[in-house]
Amino acid sequence: MSTVTIVDPGPLSTLQDLGRPGWAHLGVSASGAADRGAHALANRLVGNPPEAATIEALFGGLTLRVDTAVTAAVTGAPAPVRVNDRPADHHTTLPLQPGDVLLLGVPDAGLRSYVALAGGIVVPPVLGSRAWDSLARLGPAPLSAGQVLPLGASVVDAVGVGHAPVRLPTLEPVTVGVWPGPRTDWLAGGLHALAEREWRVSVDSDRIGVRLDGTPLRRASAHEGAELPSEGVVRGAVQLPAGGLPVVFGSDHPVTGGYPVVAVLPAPDADLLAQARPGQAVRFTPRRGPSR
Amino acid sequence: MTTRVLPVGEAGWLVELPDLEAVWALDATLGVLASDGAEVWHAVVDRVPTARTLLLTVDSPADLPGVRRALDDVLAALGCAAAITPGTVRATQGVPGAIVEIAVTYDGPDLDEVARLTGLTPAEVVAAHTAHPWRVGFTGFAPGFAYLVGGDPRLTVPRRSTPRPSVPAGSVALAGEYAGIYPRASPGGWQVIGHTDAVLWDVDRTPPALLRRGAGVRFIDTALHEGRP
Repeated sequence: MSTVTIVDPGPLSTLQDLGRPGWAHLGVSASGAADRGAHALANRLVGNPPEAATIEALFGGLTLRVDTAVTAAVTGAPAPVRVNDRPADHHTTLPLQPGDVLLLGVPDAGLRSYVALAGGIVVPPVLGSRAWDSLARLGPAPLSAGQVLPLGASVVDAVGVGHAPVRLPTLEPVTVGVWPGPRTDWLAGGLHALAEREWRVSVDSDRIGVRLDGTPLRRASAHEGAELPSEGVVRGAVQLPAGGLPVVFGSDHPVTGGYPVVAVLPAPDADLLAQARPGQAVRFTPRRGPSR
Repeated sequence: MTTRVLPVGEAGWLVELPDLEAVWALDATLGVLASDGAEVWHAVVDRVPTARTLLLTVDSPADLPGVRRALDDVLAALGCAAAITPGTVRATQGVPGAIVEIAVTYDGPDLDEVARLTGLTPAEVVAAHTAHPWRVGFTGFAPGFAYLVGGDPRLTVPRRSTPRPSVPAGSVALAGEYAGIYPRASPGGWQVIGHTDAVLWDVDRTPPALLRRGAGVRFIDTALHEGRP
């Protein structure tokens, strides 16, 4: 079987796919790629279905070696790519030969780069997925140096897309949309209060959630001091703890939460936020409620 | 409280119900409809029952209106909350499990705060926590995490105003009317009163969760048990 060897995982590299939806009633959330769009694009560039496992590399630094001729692609945070120490491109197909070494430098912006290899990485799935869930601690553990991972058989001969024009993560303020959540009425001023101030990504952010720093929000007076029974939450849910600083849930969010969910990001905007660095500015833009 | 259907952005719907038993009844009803193969319910990816709500998440935003209409039909057919009585539910709960005993060292960082909030002494908090068996109300939050209900009502305390970024595995905690045990280190806002060595979740064990719906749970104070001075 063809393999890829992790020479150096960098700060933190994990396997990710579209996660394991359907297990929330057991306390297992979907997990999966933090930036779904970048993950799916990497797969598309190498002719994989979107559910194939890719490597999610946090802050670059990943070095890997393949033992077979295989097409690779790097998407997401624009980490400089080198193949056998020669510069290579992002968001394009990279034909690798047996023994080739692919290296990611540190990205200029964004947090998470995705490396897809044709055929996908086919370690045994756990509850139907090869994603590492950092909260549930389910799935293949974060990658380590010297680890050898099996590659699947490539399902297509020709790849339809050679180079994909995409919007790369930047260091500019990130603007994300928000839909009303089930408890928008718990927030004094509603979605407008969330939108009228600038937030900064806290260093305490990870795949579980992005914590935001800024001027604390206030609860609506009708709900001052009230307790909400824990209820189900989703990726992109904006939770309002009593302290007033919102937390936006990421891929590895808990299945339930005890603070009111005052807004919910559309999925593509949850991708954008997953690429925002600690200290980076974030703004919210209210959307009109989805048509019922 | 009336039954309400609340938006969850483009992700799904949150149904708010009068009580836990009404939640169980609606969840069980939708479970039957889904397994009977009614087309619209295939769009529902997850059903998450909790104390007062049932979260339904959908595959794609395009599924939202159809699921909402079908949900409204089910709620109407059930006569909204009125017909969802405890009697509807008994049959769906299954056979109550055995009592699971959990040995706890009551040395949590919030024990004194819980004593202050409840007006009890720390020793009285421990006594109240261990005196009566609890019961698994529902699961969630994290794999193996069970919301335990039916404890001493004097132990009802608010969550911490700011959640901790990481609460250690085995932390025994209180929030609202519930007791719980953190199966893994995770962020959390519950008041931690002690810790246990019990393994709550183990994927290599069948079933992986120690505490399942229907089980009773009794907390044992290790300080008393080991005859410590």
